[in-house]
Parts: sequence; C-alpha cells; structure tokens
Amino acid sequence: MSLIGLNLTCARGDTIVFTGFDFDIARGGIVVARGANGSGKTSLLRLAAGYLAPSVGEIRRDGTSIADDPERHRTSLHYVGHLDAVKPALSVAENLAFWSDVLTANAGTSPRPSVGQALDRMGLAGLADMPARYLSAGQRRRLALARLVASSRPLWLLDEPTASLDAAGMETLIDLVAHHRSSGGMVLAAVHGPFAIDDAVTIRLGESRADGTS
Amino acid sequence: MTVFLRIVVRDVRLAFGQGGATVLAVVFFLLTVTLFPLGIGPETGVLRRIAPGVIWVAALLAAMLSLDRLFQADLEDGSLDQLALVPLPLELVAAAKCLAHWISTGLPMLAVSPLLGVLLGLNGEAYGGLLLAMAAGTPSLSLMGGIGAALTVSVRRGGVLLSLLVLPLCVPVLVFGTGAVDSAIAGLEGGAHLPALAAILAAALPLAPWAIAGALRLNLE
Repeated sequence: MSLIGLNLTCARGDTIVFTGFDFDIARGGIVVARGANGSGKTSLLRLAAGYLAPSVGEIRRDGTSIADDPERHRTSLHYVGHLDAVKPALSVAENLAFWSDVLTANAGTSPRPSVGQALDRMGLAGLADMPARYLSAGQRRRLALARLVASSRPLWLLDEPTASLDAAGMETLIDLVAHHRSSGGMVLAAVHGPFAIDDAVTIRLGESRADGTS
Repeated sequence: MTVFLRIVVRDVRLAFGQGGATVLAVVFFLLTVTLFPLGIGPETGVLRRIAPGVIWVAALLAAMLSLDRLFQADLEDGSLDQLALVPLPLELVAAAKCLAHWISTGLPMLAVSPLLGVLLGLNGEAYGGLLLAMAAGTPSLSLMGGIGAALTVSVRRGGVLLSLLVLPLCVPVLVFGTGAVDSAIAGLEGGAHLPALAAILAAALPLAPWAIAGALRLNLE
C-alpha cells in the first residue's frame, strides 16, 4: 500500500501554485504538509483525492496512476476538508449515519463501529439526537472527523483537521491517527499549528515563492 | 443500489423538512394558479380554455424556484466532496438527487393538480389526462432542471440564470403537456402528446445525469 506523488505541478487558472513537487507515503506512514496561507496545501490534498488533476506529473496508488483507476482510489479514501458536510436540519446521529452508510463501500466485509460508538469516540455521545444546527464549530469538526471512525478507509486526507478543535479534541485526533497507522493506514495532512506526531514526515510548500516575494 | 436509495431518502427528508423546497414550490404552484380566476373572472368557458396552459406554466415556474439549491447546498457545506467519494458513479448520484427532487416537488404538484382543475372548471373527462400528462412531464422538468442547477451551482443568486438556461429546454414539455390536457378536455383518447412526453423523458433519463455529473466534476476542482 502506498501513495506517491511524482513531479507534481498544480495550476489554478493562470497561476501556478506549486511545481516539481514530490511526496511518498508508505503503509502506516504519515506526511504532514506545512506552508504559508496560499502555498497550495489544499490544492495538494485535492490533487491527492483526485478532485483536481495535476497539470504535470502523476499520483500513483500502489503503483497505478489514480487517473487510470479513479474508481478504486476515490472509494478507498477519506477527505476531511474545511467544510464539514453537516446538514443543520438533521440530527447529529442522522448526519453521521448517512455518511457512514454511503461511504462504506462493501458493507459486511468487516464489522464497522456503530454510529453510537463513533460519536462516543469523538466525545459527541450526549448530543446524538440534537439537531446539528446547534453544534459549535469545534463540535461540527468532531462530527466530520467521526466519519473516519464510522467508515473504515485506508487513506486519510486531512485538510487542517485541528482547526477549531480544543485540546481534548486534538488528543483524540492524534489517537485516531496513531490507531489508523498501526493498522496499516496512510495519512496525508495539511496542518498550520502544532500537530504532535513525532515520526511524521514534514514537507514544506511554497518555500521558493515565499523567498521570491519577501 | 442501497447507496442510491439512501441518497434519495436523505434528500427527500431534507426537502420536506424545515427550510426545504417542497412547501415553497407547492404553495407557489397553488397560489399562482389561484390568481388566474381572480384576475380573469369566473367565466368557466374562458378558464377551461386556458386551464391546461396555466397549470403547466405554473408547474414549470414552481420547479425552477426549487431547483437553484438542488446542488448548491451540497457544494456549500462540503457534502458534494463526500458524494464524489461514495461507491456509486457521480452520474447515478445526480440521478438520485433528481429523483428526490421529483418526489419532493413534482409528485406533490401532481397530487394537488386535480384541485386546481376544479378551480379552473375542468370537465370530468380531463382529470385523467391531466394526471397522466403531469406524471409523464414533471420528471423531465426535474432532470432538465438539474442540468441548469449543476451548471449554475457556483453562481451566487444563480436562480435567474438557471431559468434562462432551463426554460427554453422545457418548452417541448410545456407544449406537449398542454396538448395532452387539451385533447383530454376535448374527449379525445390517445393522441401523440403523451407518447411525446414519454419520449422526452426517455431521452432525458440517461442524458441529464451524464451532463449534470460533468458540470459537477468541474466544481470539485
């Protein structure tokens, strides 16, 4: 199991966000992308998810370009972005149950934790029946992260997962990542603030650009 | 298939719930049609003459009203990103959302249309034709409207643009839908109108989800 980015160039409109970029995640590995605002962290994650195609270069999942087998790639990854995909009109449990049901590709192959267990893991157990419109920003983020628990997928793409999380939430997230990696999962995360994972490989985006403009 | 149904059920629930599109569309449909007898006066002959056209135009406008949030809500809250990761082609996700739109707006409009028939003085034989024409025509409105909704998904206040894009596409549905009701009023059986509506639906069923998925993919970038 591996995810490799080779010589990636990403363009948004006429602007080149980054160019000649490589990364390499092995089984159980984690890569943390850091960089200033606008350095292309989100673009990198959207490339890795296959939402966006690189202008140059390719991304390989287990040796095959994701452009050749998008179906397999997109059904075996989790993307947690800035937006939490939470419907305010539905209850907390209904929100999670929906994503858990539709994102779990082959239900029945492995036992998945119940929605209640996943909410409990994220410290939302007491809020299960509450309409999601009453959640705080941090609680919405916890609900988004609960998708990672409720539906098991080998690749996690996390865009600023620590945003609006409190200290306890951060600890839970780090636990989740450690547990995911111990069972062979891969993580690519874009992070701004502290993210206490000792053996993470850090890659920096936008160094040359920052130099050029400063 | 379970994923498909799960998306349909969720969208229908959201549409019938608070702030959903259903109540809005159906009330708009009822109100618009009700205005005609008030404005034109209670001459049954005139009302019966214009009834099919009035009902179809109102249905078309009510559908437009509810379409602009079809994909926009999912784009804005990040649900679209997640829907692109489900083990179902995006084309079928689009079809599921159009089906949910029809169940939550087309079907309720179909259900209240006999009531409006009474209001406009339709004769007894016309109701069967009206229901059949609505049943065959309104799914096409949801499907073709979905194309407009997907193309304008990232446009703020895209409702007007959406109408400009979709209304011309819907003209055949309007013409044949009205024609089907007209011939039912005249007591004619069959005719070419209902088969034409069915043919439009048969063409829209595979083509619209394909076009919608293409437009949505552009917005995933």
